[in-house]
Amino acid sequence: MNTRVRERYDAVFKLLFKTTGMLVIAVLGGIFLMLVWNTVAFFIKVSPVDFITGTQWNPSGSQASYGILPLVVSTTLVTIGAMLIAIPLGIGTAAFISEYAGKRLKNFLKPAVEMLAAIPSVAIGFLGIVVVGPGIAALTGQPNGLNALNGAVLLAVMALPTIVTIAEDAINAVPASYREASYGVGANRWQTLVFVTIPAAAPGIIAAIMLGVGRAIGETMTVLMATGNVSAFPKGFFHSVRTITATIAIEMGEVPYQTTHYFALFAIAAVLFLMTLAANLAGEYFVNRFRKYHAA
Amino acid sequence: MTEEKIKLSTQNLNLWFGNKHVLKNINAAFAENKVTALIGPSGCGKSTLLRSFNRMHDLTPDARIEGKLFLESLDLYDKNISVTQVRKRIGMVFQKANPFPKSIYDNINYGLKINDIPQGDRKGIVENALKESYLWEEVKDELNKPATRLSGGQQQRLCIARTVALRPEIILMDEPCSALDPISTLKIEDLIHSLKDKYTIVIVTHNMQQAQRVSDKTIFMYLGDIIEEADTAELFNNPQKELTQNYISGHFG
Ligand SMILES: Nc1ncnc2c1ncn2[C@@H]1O[C@H](COP(=O)(O)OP(=O)(O)O)[C@@H](O)[C@H]1O
Ligand SMILES: [Mg+2]
Repeated sequence: MNTRVRERYDAVFKLLFKTTGMLVIAVLGGIFLMLVWNTVAFFIKVSPVDFITGTQWNPSGSQASYGILPLVVSTTLVTIGAMLIAIPLGIGTAAFISEYAGKRLKNFLKPAVEMLAAIPSVAIGFLGIVVVGPGIAALTGQPNGLNALNGAVLLAVMALPTIVTIAEDAINAVPASYREASYGVGANRWQTLVFVTIPAAAPGIIAAIMLGVGRAIGETMTVLMATGNVSAFPKGFFHSVRTITATIAIEMGEVPYQTTHYFALFAIAAVLFLMTLAANLAGEYFVNRFRKYHAA
Repeated sequence: MTEEKIKLSTQNLNLWFGNKHVLKNINAAFAENKVTALIGPSGCGKSTLLRSFNRMHDLTPDARIEGKLFLESLDLYDKNISVTQVRKRIGMVFQKANPFPKSIYDNINYGLKINDIPQGDRKGIVENALKESYLWEEVKDELNKPATRLSGGQQQRLCIARTVALRPEIILMDEPCSALDPISTLKIEDLIHSLKDKYTIVIVTHNMQQAQRVSDKTIFMYLGDIIEEADTAELFNNPQKELTQNYISGHFG
């Protein structure tokens, strides 16, 4: 191939990558604009204060009310519950796989955990209806177990593969020299893990947790199936809740085009977007705080 | 010659990594309050020998050790002794400075915490260790700064401070200056001189001049064997073996 042809190829590929890059940005921008546009349309009809402080979500009643609070509380409850379960379990599993498991166990555990990620969310939701829910109901003496705890347990299961896999990579990537330094001053395995290895892996572990949180906040099908979807204001883990995602999924199908209710669903989607964004920014902040101690 | 006390020794020490025979029947002795240099071409087993004293090979699954190692009369590989105690008594400074990703203060404090030194004593010990390592004047106002922001030479002195803070009896140093500039190297050599009164030091070095500047005794290794050992001046001025002669005159390495 002569130089001229090669340069031509170069130019073509450059154009191709530029176009695809622009396309992605355009699509993202379009989605964002649509979200903002419809949210604004909603706020022309309903005051933002009522929206944010209202404690009732009842768009189809004769006296329609659009209070997002119960939905936000539901989403938060399920997400926090899921994280309380998934974070210790995830870091523990990651630490075990990377520091304690022998080679053979490791070669079995890693793919097994990764396979969890391949289970479709409908299947997990189904598991919630027939196994976890009844289990919770039996333990707590309630008529059914379709509540926030059920959702939290299932979301934890869904977030685990991400958290374990990424946290394990982070722990594995901690230079052996840190561990040796720790053993060198007389630390045992546990002390080395807790005081040196995990802190050194913290940026990666936090990233893992944030990806897990992102998944939990945005997950729809599982919570839709497992949490009961009662739109009354949530009272706790043992009560039915209705998350933002479930609300959108349930109501989007039956709402008439460009009504207040229609716009309202975009508004709550925008709030969901802000929540995910906040989680990501918080994660970024912590990652940077830990990076400070690492070599540039 | 005065009678010298043997602090550290090996008896018929053999070590394999998998099938690879890396240390071949090593019988070595290291005198108390002396600096002993381990020299020899790269890959001859200097680090491996050094690391067998503080049982760093425990972490390598395919390392296999035969023979005995002693700290005075204590059998270092006895089933009933605590390996963490061994590592507290035998400190180590690594080839590449490896401060923890923590603050300067916490780098030293960590070992104190691990070894249950009372909270109230720690601050003084940290300060003392930094002074002993000639680092105090440079860092006394920024003890909370990340240790990774220090220069390479400062990091290595911090690693030495971290080690001496625990008052070990022996300090193992594995080419502590190999990544440092000449000025930092001289500072560390000064430091080694001043530490000799209190500690027994074993230092691996590939630098002949350094071996002559810092050590009292020198052991020359080749392919997993000890070829020659003597007082440093003796070994460099009057080597008994041709291999030693060739190595110290720079014919290979
Ligand atoms: N963890 C290990 N696994 C397998 N082989 C090793 C390991 N560490 C060192 N070796 C081998 O042992 C030999 C001696 O290494 P080393 O003691 O590091 O040499 P030196 O410090 O004298 O340069 C080398 O051939 C090296 O490749
Ligand atoms: Mg070496």
